[in-house]
Amino acid sequence: MRATTADREQSATYTYLICLAAWAVPGAGHLLLGRIRKGLTFLIALTLMFLSGLWLEGRLFPIEIKQPLVALAALADMGIGVPFFIARQAGAGAGRVVALTYEYGNAFLIVAGLMNMLVVLDAFDIAQGRK
Amino acid sequence: MNTSHLALMILFALYVSVVFGTLMRDDPKEQLRFGAQLFAAFVVGGIALGWILYFFPL
Repeated sequence: MRATTADREQSATYTYLICLAAWAVPGAGHLLLGRIRKGLTFLIALTLMFLSGLWLEGRLFPIEIKQPLVALAALADMGIGVPFFIARQAGAGAGRVVALTYEYGNAFLIVAGLMNMLVVLDAFDIAQGRK
Repeated sequence: MNTSHLALMILFALYVSVVFGTLMRDDPKEQLRFGAQLFAAFVVGGIALGWILYFFPL
């Protein structure tokens, strides 16, 4: 039976919801798609990496359009999803520039966000039936 | 906070290897194998690069 327009629209909505969940909570997309082991691995690893970045006194950058590199770092940080906003609200991620581990912390935070974006793309592929 | 550069590099390599190993492979054994290879490449490569750069001024 050929897919109807309604089927295709529902499928697209479902895919986008999966991607939104995957962004918001690392690994949630895979968990919702039934890939439990992958989802839990991403949830634990990415959350730990994000927390490590905060522990190393890295900074959660604000979106400052006048400073493009800061804005890009902020976008990367936000890739981790809701933990970014929770941390900001809790006052974490202020960053201490003079700390020896400041740049390491920044690297952990940025890369955690970027890797979560890759996880979202993987969830997208699975939701589309490509994997 | 008493953390060494090497320890942080190893920790970073561990996180990245776990995530990429899980992303790029589906079979658990393959994930572990690929992740371990990535981890080794990161750590050995990082140390090798450190030694190469050691001989450059500044």
